[in-house]
Amino acid sequence: MIKKIHGSQAWILGSISLFGFLVVWEFFVRVLHIRPITLPPPSAVINELLSEWVFYLDHAVYTLFTTLMGFILAVLIGVLLATMLVGSKRFEHTVYPLIIGLNSVPKVAIAPLFVIWLGTGSEPKIAIAFLISVFAVIVDAMHGLRSVPSDVLDLGRVLKGSKMDFFFKVRLPSALPSILAGMKVAISLALVGAIVGEFVASQQGLGYVILSAQGTFDTPRVFAAVAILSFMGLFLYGALAWAEGYLTPWRTSDTK
Amino acid sequence: MSGSTITSINVCKVYGGESPLTALDGISLDIEPGEFISILGPSGSGKSTFLHCIAGLEEISSGSLKADGQEISGPPDHVGMVFQRDALLDWRTIERNIMLPIEFAKKPVAQYKQTMRDLLKLVGLSDFGSKYPRELSGGMRQRAAICRALIDQPSLLLMDEPFGALDALTRDQMNVELQRIWLETLNTVVFVTHGIAEAVFLADRVVVFTPRPGRIADIIEIDLHRPRKLAVRETPEFGKYTNHIRALFHEMGLINEEIEQVNKAVLS
Repeated sequence: MIKKIHGSQAWILGSISLFGFLVVWEFFVRVLHIRPITLPPPSAVINELLSEWVFYLDHAVYTLFTTLMGFILAVLIGVLLATMLVGSKRFEHTVYPLIIGLNSVPKVAIAPLFVIWLGTGSEPKIAIAFLISVFAVIVDAMHGLRSVPSDVLDLGRVLKGSKMDFFFKVRLPSALPSILAGMKVAISLALVGAIVGEFVASQQGLGYVILSAQGTFDTPRVFAAVAILSFMGLFLYGALAWAEGYLTPWRTSDTK
Repeated sequence: MSGSTITSINVCKVYGGESPLTALDGISLDIEPGEFISILGPSGSGKSTFLHCIAGLEEISSGSLKADGQEISGPPDHVGMVFQRDALLDWRTIERNIMLPIEFAKKPVAQYKQTMRDLLKLVGLSDFGSKYPRELSGGMRQRAAICRALIDQPSLLLMDEPFGALDALTRDQMNVELQRIWLETLNTVVFVTHGIAEAVFLADRVVVFTPRPGRIADIIEIDLHRPRKLAVRETPEFGKYTNHIRALFHEMGLINEEIEQVNKAVLS
């Protein structure tokens, strides 16, 4: 028999495995006398974080901002495009191949172009975060908007409601679980996009911190920035998983 | 509101494509106001197709199909429909599911609150109005779907194998309840099923369809007292009707007892 694991228990188990991982890491670095420039021990990374937390907070906020801006744009434009694609066969046949074509262009490869077009401010980072994450939203939103059961479609026709009513009261809510699934993928991708943008040209953000620390072989600082990014990704994903449970309580979430 | 009249003259439905498929072939049938009609047939007999044509969800290929004297093109007014799977919206409470037709018709929801409470009481769901569909059993969900179909006081109730997905006991219970609801509302009901006993138990007339293409094999008037109790199914009169229908299915080659006997021999 499989025992049911409760939320709090899962938290504890997850924390234990993370802590164990850090202990093993610390242990090997010390026993094997690995130089901090190659692999700093977790204690050094934590020390680095704590001693300069204002510096890290500043850059983390910048990266978080560009990520969220790119993500929000991706959700708004992605759902809007998906609605249009599902709503009109003609629009789908003309525009969808273009979207697929554009999506197959490696976004990282065209990141430098955005610097040429939009400068070195936050705009190119937002644009890359948007581009890299919007496709996930489009695909999942389309799937969701299409997955209204045929019975429910018939019901809508028999009730003779307006198209607006049917969209907002039936089609959009029934697509919501899929849209949220797409958003969970998109948020991670948006973070990647923001960092790629900062790698290309930036004086701010955790991507910039990593790149400049790498230039001075300040490995603990690289790790400190990576650690923040990991927690940021975890937090953003967790926030969406929570929103999913809150917005679609009739679905049993797949994030257990 | 009194029930609708349905007039079907020589209705045919052919699905196009490379190998055209005739789903309905010359269906002629008059349905009286307030009549309970069961349409009985095996799968593939086009009985659901006929129902969808009445609902205006599918166009007929030839013939004439009228609701209250109006040729049907698109869903007619005052129609309630119940589907095999309840088609309730998961994110709405039972009350808000039932109110959906009122919202779509842009009518004031507040004015229908009492009607909704009466309907919930009628189907025994008074305590479940604020629950979500997932919290209800299959039978309760289907009762809620019937409430939704009745909220806007339809003159025509179309039911597409509404109890097909329910277990036998629940199905019996639902048959009794549907009869009671109908006796109170007295609208016209077209009830599609493949259950012989269910069709006879509920109907004023049972219309038997043949498989591929769907034709009317027979129309049987059911002359049994109402309200009927489940025990009526054990009476000789009831048996006469079901035997007659079973004989029809036998003629169509749908029931083959010899194969059953062979299976029994293999099993024993």
